[in-house]
Amino acid sequence: MRFSGLRVLKEGLTGNKGWQPHWRDPEPKPEYDIVIIGGGGHGLSTAYYLARDHGLKNIAVLERGYIGGGNIGRNTTIVRANYFLQGNSEFYSHSLKLWEGLEEDLNYNVMHSQRGIINLFHSDGQRDAAARRGNMMISQGDDAILLGREELRKMVPFLNFDDLRFPLYGGLYHPRGGTARHDAVAWGYARGADTRGVDLIQNCEVTGIDIENGQVRGVQTVRGPIRARKVAMVVAGRSSQVAAMAGMRLPIESHILQAFVTEGLKPVIDHVITFGMGHFYISQSDKGGLVFGGDLDFYASYAARGNLPTVEHVMEAGMALMPMIGKARVLRSWGGIMDMSPDGSPIIDRTHIDGLYVNCGWNYGGFKAVPGSGNVFAHLIATGNYHPAATRFRLDRFRTGRGIIDEEGKGSQHNLH
Amino acid sequence: MRITCPHCGERDHREFYYKGHALALERPSPDAGEAAWDDYVHQRENPAGVTRDLWYHEGGCGAWVVVSRNTLTHEVLGTQAASEARA
Repeated sequence: MRFSGLRVLKEGLTGNKGWQPHWRDPEPKPEYDIVIIGGGGHGLSTAYYLARDHGLKNIAVLERGYIGGGNIGRNTTIVRANYFLQGNSEFYSHSLKLWEGLEEDLNYNVMHSQRGIINLFHSDGQRDAAARRGNMMISQGDDAILLGREELRKMVPFLNFDDLRFPLYGGLYHPRGGTARHDAVAWGYARGADTRGVDLIQNCEVTGIDIENGQVRGVQTVRGPIRARKVAMVVAGRSSQVAAMAGMRLPIESHILQAFVTEGLKPVIDHVITFGMGHFYISQSDKGGLVFGGDLDFYASYAARGNLPTVEHVMEAGMALMPMIGKARVLRSWGGIMDMSPDGSPIIDRTHIDGLYVNCGWNYGGFKAVPGSGNVFAHLIATGNYHPAATRFRLDRFRTGRGIIDEEGKGSQHNLH
Repeated sequence: MRITCPHCGERDHREFYYKGHALALERPSPDAGEAAWDDYVHQRENPAGVTRDLWYHEGGCGAWVVVSRNTLTHEVLGTQAASEARA
């Protein structure tokens, strides 16, 4: 089933009775060439690109819950390529280019909105750092514009420019950044993978990974054993539990990140705005809700909900930056389970077990990486080689100390990012 | 979440700085080798359920506290001074 203007018109005039489910609900087969554990954004896009770019069909995506029910449905939907370090910058640049062609490629409206991202700065030193980052973004081929205070005021006049502690000196503007409709990204990739023959198997928790003589042979699931030549682990916050089934320990600690949405309002915030000093960022969804969040709660957790001190901190930061936000009523909040790596950058690699691959460590930035992550992970699984845009996300960089990608310059240990 | 400091009693978790898994108390010897140090610095069991982690009572008495805690529910099951936990 494909979408078109004509089709939407026809269905609208005939009671919308012709729409079909977007993907099948198949029974698991006893054997696949490739089993992907995790039907989130990254797992679905991995399956899609394995089928689209590598001609592979005999693939299953095993999802413990339902498609779109994990972090892909629980994030703040920001898409950007404003990284500084090699390793990250070429990867996110690659991912943003995939975003820009995604709707046409998937024939699915993911509501990708390149409304621009503004990272605020508050001192001469921060302006220098923003200029340096902007130059790195431009040298990667992406876009960055350094905004002075008055240029910033024209774009976002509602900010508190004269906060005594953090006066606004300007912002680093990334026009191609923006947002997308998170659920539609999951649904679009799911339909795209299913159409190309991938089996999406929901309610299928993996309970074991079968390994013989250092080679992966398949998985055990609540719906029976499934043999496979290759197995890919793409389970974000649950990475440690799944890797433990293969006898592995990962350099991952799972943390909570909270986010908040207000009641729907008329258009008021046109961009994505980040206030790093207050650990606060905000955008407005197409439904009108202000979507905002802050920093981690900062303790290991799988509760998928946080504690009140972080709520208070985020609200205070929002009030400091844009006092008008105090008039909006918060509708709901939630917490996602973040797979935090020691250096704050992801892992896309083989493991020491033949045929077993790992994709994790997305910290609090996995959503924008969904197209890129699946694309380069599919390349690794299908060809055995690292994609040129993802040669540095190596699992062994922590052990060896070589190739640490510490974007924030904080150090490479667990409680720093 | 409220944490019972062995010295100060039950306190808001905002008074504490979070270090991470209580593995931090099991520092390998300097010549233990790369694998032991990798396990200590980076690799984590990261359990979904009961864990033991290390908190520093920064806004209180300055004690390091080992907290037994459920990561699925945030229930605090018990606390112990780090000096006792290591003894």
